[in-house]
Order: sequence, then structure tokens, then C-alpha cells
Amino acid sequence: MEALTAIVIGVLTAAAVYLMLARNFMRFLFGLVLLSNAANLTIFASGRMTKGAPALVPYGEDAPIGVVGNALPQALVLTAIVIGFGLLAFTLALAFEGYRRMKSVDTDEMRFAEPKEDATK
Amino acid sequence: MAENSDPNAPWKTVSGIGTSAITALLFLFFLQYLPTIAAGDPVRWVVPWIPSLDIDLTFWIDGLSLMFALLITGIGAMVMLYAAKYLAGHPQYDRFAIYLFSFMLSMLGLVLADNLIALFVFWELTTFTSYLLIGFSHAEPKSRRNALQALLLTAAGGLALLAGFILIGVTQGTFEMSELNAAGSLVGKEFYTLILFLVLAGAFTKSAQVPFHFWLPNAMAAPTPVSAYLHSATMVKGGVYLLARMHPSLSGSDLWIWILSIFGAVTAVFASFMALRQTDLKQTLAYTTLMALGTLTMFLAGSTGYAITAAMTFLLVHSLYKAGLFLMIGVVDHSTGTRDADLLGGLRSAMPITAAAAALAGIAMAGIPPFLGFIAKEVAYAGALEMHLWLFIVPMALIAFALMFAVAAIVAYKPFYGPQGELPHEPHEGPWPMLLGPVTLGVLGLLFGLVPGIAAYYLIEPAVAAVMGASDEGGRVKLWAGFNLPLLLSLVTFGLGYLIYFKHQGLRERLARIEAKSPDLDASWDVFLDKFMGFTKLQTRLIQTGVLRQYMFATFAVFALTVFVTLMARDVGGLALGLGGLGFMEWGVALLIIAGIVLVVLTSSRIVALVGLGVVGIGVALIFIMYSAPDVAITQLLVELLVVVLLALAFLKMPNLDPTGEQKHSFPNAVLAVAVGTLTTVVVLLVVDQPFDRRLTDFFEAASWTEAFGRNIVNVILVDFRTLDTFGEIAVVAVAALGAFALLKGFARARNAKGGEK
Repeated sequence: MEALTAIVIGVLTAAAVYLMLARNFMRFLFGLVLLSNAANLTIFASGRMTKGAPALVPYGEDAPIGVVGNALPQALVLTAIVIGFGLLAFTLALAFEGYRRMKSVDTDEMRFAEPKEDATK
Repeated sequence: MAENSDPNAPWKTVSGIGTSAITALLFLFFLQYLPTIAAGDPVRWVVPWIPSLDIDLTFWIDGLSLMFALLITGIGAMVMLYAAKYLAGHPQYDRFAIYLFSFMLSMLGLVLADNLIALFVFWELTTFTSYLLIGFSHAEPKSRRNALQALLLTAAGGLALLAGFILIGVTQGTFEMSELNAAGSLVGKEFYTLILFLVLAGAFTKSAQVPFHFWLPNAMAAPTPVSAYLHSATMVKGGVYLLARMHPSLSGSDLWIWILSIFGAVTAVFASFMALRQTDLKQTLAYTTLMALGTLTMFLAGSTGYAITAAMTFLLVHSLYKAGLFLMIGVVDHSTGTRDADLLGGLRSAMPITAAAAALAGIAMAGIPPFLGFIAKEVAYAGALEMHLWLFIVPMALIAFALMFAVAAIVAYKPFYGPQGELPHEPHEGPWPMLLGPVTLGVLGLLFGLVPGIAAYYLIEPAVAAVMGASDEGGRVKLWAGFNLPLLLSLVTFGLGYLIYFKHQGLRERLARIEAKSPDLDASWDVFLDKFMGFTKLQTRLIQTGVLRQYMFATFAVFALTVFVTLMARDVGGLALGLGGLGFMEWGVALLIIAGIVLVVLTSSRIVALVGLGVVGIGVALIFIMYSAPDVAITQLLVELLVVVLLALAFLKMPNLDPTGEQKHSFPNAVLAVAVGTLTTVVVLLVVDQPFDRRLTDFFEAASWTEAFGRNIVNVILVDFRTLDTFGEIAVVAVAALGAFALLKGFARARNAKGGEK
């Protein structure tokens, strides 16, 4: 399954890059969502994938029995999902406020910090 | 033109007397090393500096560095005393004293450092402190411009020097000058030519050799004590010091001989003509400094005993008389209010002590016996006759020395004798703190000439031995060397020099006409700077476009390129794409995600895009569920839900994805996207292909219940083993929420305000 996941990750990344290169800031946001998914899956797959064996210690035992899913990448992914969400929420607020001030979601037009030098172009 | 305002201002300040006294103590401290060094025992101090890089702060005192250290501290103490009086009452005198003192310390570090990296640091420190000194009258644009010119030129040379030093360190395995010189010559070794060019670039810019000479006369914008100090024994001699210091390692090749001979000789002759052409006596002295630097470089081209002795003797003589003359000009300027050679005359009766000091320095400069200057000239001719290119060097030296003779008369004789011109102030004798320096230095020049053995034994011969890298027989420095060719050349010099002095007014006009016709490097410098600024602006416009897509494109392209190059360089071999044994569920989920992605990329509708994102999110959650990560799947589902809700809420207030109704696709973007995606897949495949290290996982599985008393290992990791991560995560979310809240609240308030207006 790692190989198939790697392909899914590749498609996710390619789509994310393509969307982040678009002029519309909302597409950039979509790209960001896809990129976080790709990153999460990458961490998950790097820890190897085990089917149907959650990392739990059964009652009466000191350690899990047999091979169970790798718990460490799961913990990291959990953190990453939440942080990705925080990032997205903040970027969305930025986009929202940017649109309100500049009346545009076209990143070529949103030049509050780096205004164009010559007005002709 | 004198920079100070008030002759009656108190001058015995802490900053003036204090710095001077400390410098004098340093002079005494170095003085006690004279017998040790003269006996041929160099002293080395080591202070660990950056042990991890094997760089120590090492100091090395041998004949060469000791002579420089004595000149720096000795002349420094006198210049500081002089400056205390010269600039008394100046509102920024304290600042000046600090600059001058820091400069003195940097210069001292430069000549004492044994480690090349330390030497470079001190080298740059002298550049910075001299920048502050040259630009001291910072209210004048000319001062600022000239200071910046000196800084840029010498710092550029400094960078070349650093490159050269690093090359030396890397190829020779040591940064210690003493070890390098002991290990023998670098000639013919790896990178010798490159090292030589880099080191010479540093030395020639610092010591103002033609064509880098133009910053030096401009640096005369500094107050006179600074000129006296920087241009006699210190700053500009830094380059000469470096050439002398590295002489054992770098000299002897044809390249070294030709470059140093030609640059040195051209600088010397060019500068002596230019000195004759000036009417401002300070400018005259600036050009004679150039002449001295050229002469020193020219003699360092050689490797024979006489050539090196000539360089070292001339170095000593020049430091003494040039500092004296600069200080003397300052006194004259201070007293009469002008430095114009045409106006000054007949000051002898009003300023007898100054006139005497000027005479002492001037005779030394002209090279008349029994002064040390005469001996220096004799040895110089003897050295020139021994050199490879003697046919070129001897006439060049003759012209330069003859012109020096004439210039010495203009500077030191003419202002004090003959008719007096119209002076801005009635002349009066200078105060003693300003006379002490010129008189002492002048007397030293005479004493060393009368008893040359002392100067030779304690200063010159140890320095020569240090430069030649071998003990030298010595005995070349004497007042009477018999009837020989150098003596004949000396007599020719005097005759020629007298003739030039006699005719100097007419010559000056002719030189001025030639100068007007020749290209002006100083003006070219401004053009160069303008062009350079234009180029940097163009570059900024090209790189910093202000268009987000282009920044993103560059970022992703660099990522793709570095990963690609790394993969190619590592030769990762074949990739196993193990897709066998996967069931309907796996393929179904993967296709579901890809379908969602395609939807998001291709749609022009916001709602369809949201649906696509939702599908992707749920697909990813399904992968987590299938592969033993129920907690992750729950979080993913919750977050995905929130993302979709938030985006939907925001999109209510925002425009369509494509205002024109048609989505514009870009082929280059697509290519880059596919490249980055493919590379990511390859990297992930390579990662999972590696043998898996289970140590951490094993630890967590074993310790989860026994140590943390939790049965859900993922949860235990989050809230127990890696609590700090979770804490950080909460902090990130809190900050993001705060930021979003602030942004949106501002939005709401603005909207309310607008509503209120309506």
C-alpha cells in the first residue's frame, strides 16, 4: 500500500503546486489544503502502513500483541493535521481581509506590500 | 582650513591625554622586546579563539612586526597628543579620540597577528576605523564620499585577500604565518598564481598602488592628524607589511618580480610627478606617500639582501619624516590658515621651531647626509643595481628620488624662507603638544643617520631577517660606504633634484596641462558606482517582482531542481513499484482521492471545488481508518469538516473563481507541478524502500502501559512522551485563532462603521 500511497501523494502534490501557482488566491488556498494532506500522508507512509491493527495495549497485557500500526507517525500526523488547520484558517482570514481591502483575489493585483514602481505597466 | 575652532579651549582632556598615554605605555612595552628580537628569538602568544575550526588568536613578534609595532605606537602616541591640541574644543573630539585609538589597536593587531584569519579581521578593522576617521567631517558631502570610496576599494581588496588566505589555508593545511614561512616557498605549488593575484589585490588596494591609487589623495579630507597617522606608518603601509610578511612564501617567481617591479615603479614615478603638480601642501605630501608606497613595493620585488634592506630602511625613514611633515603642515595650517605652497613663505622668524623640525624632516626626505634618509637612498641604489630588472628600476628610482628632493624643498624649505605671501592669519609658533611630534621624529631621523649601527642592529636588520626568512649577514646600513656607483647616483639625484626645484613653477603648469588631458580615474569611479547602482536596481526589479506566482514558481523550481540533482548524484538505482496484492478497497480509495483532486483543479465553481476538497479529505481519512489509525482518521474527518465549513462561509462573501467564466491554464506551471509531484513520489518510494528503524516505536510500545499507564499508544505519545509538541501545537492554533480573530474583527468593525455612515 505504501507504493500506491506514494502515487496518491505525488498526485496531491502536483495538484497543490499547480493550484498554488494560480493567480486566484482562493485556488492558492485549495492548494494549501491539498499540500497539507500530501504532507500528512507522507509522514504516515514513511512510518510504514499496517492493516487493521491499531496501536493499542490489550487489557491485562504490558505491551501490544503481535505487529500493530506504528504509533509514532500517527501521533506526528495528528499534530500536523491540527497545525495545518490552524495555518489554513489564518491564511483564509488573510485572504478574506485582503479581498476586503484590495477588492481583488488576483494575486497579481494584490500589491499592498510591494506596489508597482511604474504606473504604466 | 584648520578644523579646530578655539585655540584657547582646554585640551588636557581624559580622552586626549588618556589615549596618548596608553599608546605611549604600549610603545614602552614593545620597546623591551628589542634586545630579544635583535638576538633572533621571535616571540609567539597563543589565545584559543574558535577551537572547533582550529583557529587560534596567535600573535607573532619578529623583527618586522616589532618595527611596525614600535612605529604604530610611537607615532600614534605623538599624533594623539597632537590631535588633542589640534582639535581642542571640537564638539566631537571625544568621538575622534575613540576612532583614532581603535584604529591604532586594529593596526597593532594587523602587524602582530600570526593567524591569517585574525590578520584578515584586523585588516578589515583598520578599513572600518579609517573609514570613520576619513569621514570624520561628516557634515561635508565630499568627506563622506571620499571615506566611502576608501572603504569600498580597500574592503573589496580585503575580500580578495580573504579568498587568498582561505586558499592558502586549505592547500597548505595551516593558517599560521610563521609555520607557512618556515615551510618554504609556495612558488610552483598548487594554486600559487591564484593565491598571488588575490593577495596582491588586497595589498595593492590597501597600499594604493596605481591604478587603485586615487582613494589615497582623496582621503586627505580627514583632519591633518589622521593623515599624518594613516599615511605615514600605518593604514597604507598595511599592504606593504603584508607583502613583506608573505615575502618568504610568495616571492621569487617571475610573476612576483614583474608585477611588483612594474606596479611599484609606475606608482612611484607617477606619484612623484603628481606631488610636484599640487599646490596644496597636504596633497603634495599625499602623493609623496604614494611615491613611498610604490618604492617599497618595487624593492620588495627583489629578494637580495640589499633590496630588502633598502625596503626596510626606507620604510623606517619614510615613517619618521612623513609623519613629521604632515604634523608640521598641520602646525603651519593651524597658525597661518592656509596650506597653499604659492602663498607660504618666510615663516622662519615667526615659527622657528616648526622651521627647524621641517628642515630635519625635509633633509631626511631629500636624502642628504648625514641623515638616515641618505643611507636609505644609498642602500636603495645598491639594491636596485642588484635586481633582475635593474635596467628599468634604476632609472625609475633615480627619477622618483630626484623629484622627492625637489618636493622636499617645496614642502620643508619654501614655506619658511623667501618672501611671505598674503596669509589669512598672522603666523605664530605652534603650541608644544603640536611641536613635540615633528621635532622628536626629525631628531630621530638625524640620530639614526649619525649612529646607523643602532637603527641597523635593533630595527632594520631583524626586520630584514624576518622578511628574507633566513638570518642575514647585515652590515649594509652605514653612512659611508665608500666611493661607489650608489654614491655617484646620489650625486646625480641631488643635481637633478635641484634643477627640478629651480624650475618647478613652470613644470607644475606643464603637468597641470597633461593632467587635464589624461583620463580621470576618480571621476570614472563615480561613473562606475552609478552604473553599479543601476545594475542592482535592475536586478532587484527582475528578482523581486512583487508577483506571488513568480515567487512560488521560483521556490518550487528550486525545490524540484535540488531534489532532482541530488537524486541523480546519488545514483539511487531502480525503483520497485510494489502494487501487487492490493484489493478493491485500496484502489477504490486511491481513485476516489484522485477524482476529488481532478475536480478541484479543473472546476471554475467554488461549490464544486469544495466538494472536491471534501472528497479528498474523506479519502485520506479512509486510508487512516484502513491502516490502523482510527484516532488520526477521526481528527482528519473533524478538521476536514471544519475546513469545508470555513471555506464555504468565506466564499459567500468572495467572488467567483474565474470572473471571466473561463479558467486559464498555464503549460509551464503544469510541467513544474508534474515534476514536483513525480519527484515527491520517487522520494517517498525511496524512503519506504529503506530498512525500517523500529527503535522508537518499540520503546513507545513497551513503555506506554508500564511507564505511562495508557493503553492507546498514540494518545500516550501525544499527552505524555511528547507533551511539549502538543503544547506547541496548541500554541500554534491559539496564535492562528487570535490572528484570524483580529483580522476578521477589524473587518466587522469596518463594515459596521460603513453601515453607520449609511
